[in-house]
Amino acid sequence: MLVLIIIPILFPFVWMLMSSFKTQVDIISWPPKFVFTPVMQNYNRVFVEQNFLRYMKNSVVVSVVSVVLSLILGLPAAYTIARYKQQKLSMFILIARLMPGISFLMPWYIVFSRLHLMDSYVALILSHMLICLPLVVWVMAPYFDSVPRELEEAAMVDGLTQQKAFFFILIPLSGPGVVTATTLSFIFSWNNFMFSQVLSQQKTRTLPIAVYNFLSYVEVDWGAVMAAAVVIMAPAILLTMFFQKYVVKGLTMGAVKG
Amino acid sequence: MWPTELFGRPLLPTRSFSMIRQSFFERNLRYLFPLPALIFVVVLMVFPVCYTFFLSFTDWSLTSGKPLNVVGLKSYFDVLKEPRFLEALGRTFYFTFGAVIVEMILGITIALILNRAFAGKGVVKTLLLLPLVATPVAIGIVWNLFYDPTIGILNYVLSVMGLPQSGWVSETKSVMPSLILVDIWQWTPMITIIVLAGLAGLSSEPYESAKVDGANARQVLFKITLPMLMPTILTAVILRAIDALKTYDIIYAMTGGGPGYSSENLNILAFKYSFEYFRMGQSAVMLVFLFIVVMGFSLGVMRLRRAFEL
Repeated sequence: MLVLIIIPILFPFVWMLMSSFKTQVDIISWPPKFVFTPVMQNYNRVFVEQNFLRYMKNSVVVSVVSVVLSLILGLPAAYTIARYKQQKLSMFILIARLMPGISFLMPWYIVFSRLHLMDSYVALILSHMLICLPLVVWVMAPYFDSVPRELEEAAMVDGLTQQKAFFFILIPLSGPGVVTATTLSFIFSWNNFMFSQVLSQQKTRTLPIAVYNFLSYVEVDWGAVMAAAVVIMAPAILLTMFFQKYVVKGLTMGAVKG
Repeated sequence: MWPTELFGRPLLPTRSFSMIRQSFFERNLRYLFPLPALIFVVVLMVFPVCYTFFLSFTDWSLTSGKPLNVVGLKSYFDVLKEPRFLEALGRTFYFTFGAVIVEMILGITIALILNRAFAGKGVVKTLLLLPLVATPVAIGIVWNLFYDPTIGILNYVLSVMGLPQSGWVSETKSVMPSLILVDIWQWTPMITIIVLAGLAGLSSEPYESAKVDGANARQVLFKITLPMLMPTILTAVILRAIDALKTYDIIYAMTGGGPGYSSENLNILAFKYSFEYFRMGQSAVMLVFLFIVVMGFSLGVMRLRRAFEL
């Protein structure tokens, strides 16, 4: 029974990985081949010919900076939402999660063009932050809520200001929550397609767009496309494998009470 | 006694609450802490959304060379008359209902099956997460390979089983179900994981009394488990349905809205109007509709959920 569940889930990944090591001939053969001699030429094509490292760099820069900035903005906001029950603020920030991204994208496109910020890290990071910030608040507000107030109050009695108590006491204690928020935000930023598609061009193109463009450039060179797909999914998958507990917690938080 | 204060400021770090002099920052922490986030959201979300709303009352088109004219509801009428819009609207609902209903049933079922301790449960949970965290574009590419009519493995399986082959995403009549299938593959695990967490949080009393009363498995399932899980399930449904209404990545990467226009949903159509045809006024109208659909749906399900909680 378990196998019936696992096979459909895993199969696309396995096939993708296998195909990335196949020659074009092997991929298009019928019936589809399960046994074949692996080759490295697809990865060669992806990294050397198509300069994928630059796109990787762009993705890393955009996602890391977005997540960091979202934490800087979001953790304090989550704190006051939890401690002072600022429901309206919470709703306000979380609405950004519900809204269709394209309703901001259109005005952004107009404004960023006028400001000559197209194809800049600034535009991309700002747009990605709108994905990460609500996630940080969504995960951390209930988390802070579950940490007893007494800890900060004790720290304050000992002479710390509230902000210092927040920074030096509460945040270190909230390690798991922060890991959850960071991992989830990073993954969703990394995978983002729409914002990057419109706001980035040659200089700052991120991996999802590069993978998509690959489809048109190489005219369905399936092997290369599969290799590109493996490359782009690798970080998210690795993160998930190591932080499975946190990712699950982040996804279920807010859905399940208590 | 030594002085504990000098020039009005406490000398020593030790202070009791009665002697605290909080800085301006600390006194107003509850406003200052969230302020950057608030400003950010207002600038990057509220203004753009208002601008979009405003644009929906214009007939602005970047390529026409005409300046922006406020035309009231003209763009609304233009869009509503456009059959492509109405079809996209319909497809948005079709996709969402089709995908979410199956995901719900399948997701709950799998969660119920997995809801026991077994060796490797953590591994299974990790595997369940993989479709969720995989890049939609990459998933679209792999599934395009599966769906390829000549070299794809799905048609091969069908041929081996003696069933007729399908055009999958290359044929108008099968493209939406094919896309829905991909969405099901990708997001059922999310429902499963949320329901699993919900199951873990259920109290055991009702089950014990049910055992005492001699209830059979089906009664337990339908009269105890599912009703208790309803708030969790509904939350999962809201989250999933909202995302399904907004689906973009998968459809764009796999079919670009095609063949022809037959897999366009509202999001894809609005995108095309904005960034391929540059008819900003009309695309703004579509976005207003998309927004109404998403918000209306969320409010509706939230109300339903409140009913179940009471």
